[in-house]
Amino acid sequence: MKNIRKWTIIIALVSATVILIAAGLFQSTGARGTVGIAAGRALPGFALSPDTPEHALTILLNGVQRRDWKQALSVVARTSGLATSEDEQSFAQSWTGSSGSLRTYSALEGFDLWPLHETSNDAQIRVSLRWTTPVGPIDHVREFHLTRSGDGWAVLWTPTEQPAVPAQVIPVTYLRWDLIAGNAQGDAAWGAHNLDAPHVRIVSMNAVNSAEGTVVMGEVENVDTIPAFVNVNATLVGAGATPIDEENSFDKILHVLLPKEVSPYRIDFPGIDLAKVKNVRMDVKAALVPASADPVIGVMNQKMDHDVQGNPVLRGELLNQSGQTVNIPHVIASFSDSSGRVIWVSDGYVDNALLPQSSQPFAVQLPRSIASQVRSFHVVVNQYSLQNS
Amino acid sequence: MSWSTNIACRIPDARLLACAALIAACLAPPSSAQELRLPASASAGEAITISATGSGRATFYLAGPGISSKSEINLGEEIRIPAASLHYAGEYLAILCSDTCRSASFDVNPAQPATLSFLVHPSRVPDNQPDSVSGVAFPFDHFSNLVLAPLTVNFHAAGPKESLFSRSVSTHDGVAWFRTSSGKAAGALHITASIGDLSAQRVLAQVASDPCNLRITGARTPNGILVETAPVHDCAGNQVSDGTIVTFTAVGSGETSTVDAPVKGDVARARLTGSGPVVISVASGVAMGNELHIAGAEQ
Repeated sequence: MKNIRKWTIIIALVSATVILIAAGLFQSTGARGTVGIAAGRALPGFALSPDTPEHALTILLNGVQRRDWKQALSVVARTSGLATSEDEQSFAQSWTGSSGSLRTYSALEGFDLWPLHETSNDAQIRVSLRWTTPVGPIDHVREFHLTRSGDGWAVLWTPTEQPAVPAQVIPVTYLRWDLIAGNAQGDAAWGAHNLDAPHVRIVSMNAVNSAEGTVVMGEVENVDTIPAFVNVNATLVGAGATPIDEENSFDKILHVLLPKEVSPYRIDFPGIDLAKVKNVRMDVKAALVPASADPVIGVMNQKMDHDVQGNPVLRGELLNQSGQTVNIPHVIASFSDSSGRVIWVSDGYVDNALLPQSSQPFAVQLPRSIASQVRSFHVVVNQYSLQNS
Repeated sequence: MSWSTNIACRIPDARLLACAALIAACLAPPSSAQELRLPASASAGEAITISATGSGRATFYLAGPGISSKSEINLGEEIRIPAASLHYAGEYLAILCSDTCRSASFDVNPAQPATLSFLVHPSRVPDNQPDSVSGVAFPFDHFSNLVLAPLTVNFHAAGPKESLFSRSVSTHDGVAWFRTSSGKAAGALHITASIGDLSAQRVLAQVASDPCNLRITGARTPNGILVETAPVHDCAGNQVSDGTIVTFTAVGSGETSTVDAPVKGDVARARLTGSGPVVISVASGVAMGNELHIAGAEQ
């Protein structure tokens, strides 16, 4: 009697397991309309059949997150021209970056989907991509077009044009400043050896209240004839001459300034209301450093525009006029009103490397409340090159 | 009589010794048994002789800057203090104790100037700047004592093309200084301070000031618009330093393009893009230049 009961339980458990596995295999995935939720991975041998545009895009982005290019490509439309393995490699590279760019150090942390338009045959979805990078989280907004493919949906992939740099020799004739530490043994007399730090000056300063707190910004100029490593510090002073907070410009400045070069700077004081600030103490520190005038990066076709979400942006193109690859270009822009006062400073990193003699687009955002007052802007480019670091 | 070589150079010890001897001298009843005869003044690094009247044995203490010593002497004989004991300028205290203690002080003055410390500021100066160069000279003797007696220091500054100034300044409390304007020509500025045969020279760089009267020319090429400046000079005609950033700005069709290009060999060059008509301007620091109108490219 005991044995019969035991065998009944075992048979029941095995039967239930088989039924559940079969149900799982033949049931379509239920991620209908889920926004930004990672979809499950298909079992080997079973193709995914996304029944909604959102599901198809979720499969693609999940594949990108896991760097599972086979999964990502499984929902890319065949009409997208990814026929060869080189095309597939190019697809992967468009997500992982190349040439030591910022994207090569980044990972897709998450995404949010906003369906914009959908018919029975095609759909358009806007995606906010959250990347983790060494310079902090970066959000990108991108739009995808999808098309019906058989019973499911597929993403129409537009290959990104990578600048083709032909083999060439580029003569570099720019300047370099070397620093020689003096040897005082020859003439150890007091005051015999000295070299003044570079002279820099703050040419403008403005403090405003933003949604995040107080922002101190302006422009700083190297008025000397030698390069300077510059950092701007600001101390907010409250009632009774009590210091409230002290911050520096960190990466919101072009640190190495060549002679007569002007850089925007911005110092953020999160959570501090400007109304409580009675005074701002500015302090600019400059040190003599070795430097190079190469590479020269032109900032072309700058214009005020709007991004896909309607936010005001300054767009343009960076043109590398030298023979050196700039792995991580960093754009810093100051915006001035009709009186020439700096009213905002924005910055942004460019995902792709700036190859020699090639260009890359950039866009930096600014608040909607500021955009209508902007009359002029000044853009500088900070550059990080692996061969220099 | 031979001078004891018991010399200690630790100042706290010297002070303790001097204090103890002074207390002894003050507590002791006045006596005319011995008397100290000191030179009115002495010069650093020169030996002196002190006379002590009386007879018998006595203890002689000497305390001064960087020295304290004690020795047994015979009264009535001269006490010779060697030059090595008098390197430091300042006030010295001599104390002689037998039955009673007597004390007297004397000054050791700095010797003749042997070195000249000369500081000049700044190390780089733009040309034609009023009161932008300053210098200060300190005369020291062979033993690094600051010479406080008034001395005449001759300052002389010579630029690459001109003698900037010559001035004689008397030291006051051991210091002489000057302030002057920078010259008109860029290059090395040699500044000399001298006292008699003693001199010290410093060199500072006189550099070009802000660029002046910037002029640009440009032409459209298949690779874009190539623009370049005429040789960039300051208002005194000096070539600006290589590496000085010149900003070229092209405005046209609602778009702006900028290139920050460094001056190299007097000239800054840049390549700008844009197919339509553009207006190109140039600036360096606070100096603006001319505007250039470039017509659109032929289709």
